[in-house]
Amino acid sequence: MTRFRPPAWFVLLLPAIIILAAVVLIPLILSLYSSFTPYRLTRPETLYKWIGTFNYEKAMKSANFWTAFGRTVLLLTLALNLEMLMGLGLALLVNRVTYGQRALRTIMMFPMMFSPVLVGFQFKFIFNDNVGLVNNALQSLGMTDVAIPWLVDGKLAFISILIAEMWSSTAVFAILILAGLFAVPRDPIEAAKVDGCTPWQSFRHITLPYIMPFIYIALAIRSLDVARAYDIVQIMTNGGPARRTELLWTMIGRTGYVDAKMGYANAMGYISIFLAIFFTIFFFRKLNAARSELGMAG
Amino acid sequence: MNENLQHRIRAQLLKVLHFATLFVAMAIICVPGLWVVLNSFRPTVEIMAKPPVWIPGELNLDNYRAMFGAVGEGGVPVLQYFTNSLIISVSSTLIAILVGMAGGYAFARYRFKGKTAVFIGLMLTRAVPGVSLSLPLFIVMAKTGLIDTHLGLILVYVALNVPFTIWLIDGFFRQVPIDLAEAAEIDGCTRWQAFWKVEFPVARAGVASAGIFAFLTSWNEYALASQLTRSTFSKTMPVGLRDFTSEFTINWGGMCALAVLMIIPALILTFLVQKHLIAGLTFGGVKG
Repeated sequence: MTRFRPPAWFVLLLPAIIILAAVVLIPLILSLYSSFTPYRLTRPETLYKWIGTFNYEKAMKSANFWTAFGRTVLLLTLALNLEMLMGLGLALLVNRVTYGQRALRTIMMFPMMFSPVLVGFQFKFIFNDNVGLVNNALQSLGMTDVAIPWLVDGKLAFISILIAEMWSSTAVFAILILAGLFAVPRDPIEAAKVDGCTPWQSFRHITLPYIMPFIYIALAIRSLDVARAYDIVQIMTNGGPARRTELLWTMIGRTGYVDAKMGYANAMGYISIFLAIFFTIFFFRKLNAARSELGMAG
Repeated sequence: MNENLQHRIRAQLLKVLHFATLFVAMAIICVPGLWVVLNSFRPTVEIMAKPPVWIPGELNLDNYRAMFGAVGEGGVPVLQYFTNSLIISVSSTLIAILVGMAGGYAFARYRFKGKTAVFIGLMLTRAVPGVSLSLPLFIVMAKTGLIDTHLGLILVYVALNVPFTIWLIDGFFRQVPIDLAEAAEIDGCTRWQAFWKVEFPVARAGVASAGIFAFLTSWNEYALASQLTRSTFSKTMPVGLRDFTSEFTINWGGMCALAVLMIIPALILTFLVQKHLIAGLTFGGVKG
């Protein structure tokens, strides 16, 4: 009688798989089921009533939902791209410094230590229309007489949220891209200089291809927890005033906990999960492509 | 000669420009944070002053005193929150490291079918937005009685951290030459001994930094904690920040004091591992 012996890698991965199944997978299956029911927290018996895709249809037909969806995608796209560019700029700036670079690197990591919820409160204060730093500064400089309603006007609030999000996450990009810049070999750049390349040409054709994998690592890491922006938004505006800054996540939170419509909230939650998975897979594929370009895959 | 001078001036100008941009960038990074620290030491009148008071007139510890004071006088159970945060973050980090070490070792040392798929599958569990996950978790935990307990949050944070620790630790184990472990095995070690005596010590710094990353994630997490904790017995510090808000006003001074208390441990830990952290992330990613 031979006993079945599972391969070693499987045994080693088992604890991770068990805990992820228990905390993430099973609840997600439950929420998938409940998204097909009219489940309300206050009435438990509604969990056993099957209503098919009603919740999804309701979400698809809801203008509020699509506005929030569009705004979320817009925020993510803008935030990730701007953070990437600013991070690249910051890394290039710091890379040129020869004296005191260690200290600068440490300062650069400063925002990474701030809890997103704290960032939310911080920028809520900074953009406060009455006592906030931004309005105070603008008024003292004589650039405006009126208090600009940063967090009340829909467009301005969106910009404020974007700035807060960028402040908290640009550091991740800068640090990782800087690590990439350290790994760029010096010889090809010297050779290009001798051959008469402009600094832009040598950056575009030598440095950039080398740091591309690092940029995609940063994007992949960030895409894993883009939803952290929820903390910031929830504190700064909580989707308000009057849904003017509503994102998918704040809408889900409010529908689920305040309106207690769990079934409907879970249906929207699933749509947001697919959005997150799409972003993640997209960047992991890019990462793999960039890796094989450098001949490092495997 | 003239051309030479022109060249020199241009180089100088570029240098000044570089310095100025760098200075502005660093200022933007630092000011919001320093503002929080500064505010925690001053009276509300000065925080709300218009135009803003940059050079503080008086610094005192009133906000801290009030925070540690009695509940009725603006105090919040800070010590309780701090302990909760500490218990939850430390235990979830330790478990995540153990689980992550097993998983990371499996990815770094074994070849098996569908490795990439399994890896991406694990990573995807991390991509699930906190709010979307909190809804079903709320129901499950309410049913199993885990809501508002330390154990509940610890389990959630382990799951949250495991994918990332696996990624990081995988990268660090890859840097350990496989020959090292094989040599130890030839010399009569079992695989288990070879791991603890040879491979682990080499990758130890990397494992530690993965741990600190996990700690910071749990320490700062809000979306899940705000829904899965209800009372002071399990509320963590990020959730505790909300105690300073009421319907229309926010006690900024008190909040900043709690924020400083929250940042200090994070600050110390981040400085300790910054170098290893970068190495781990990039190595794991590039050589993946």
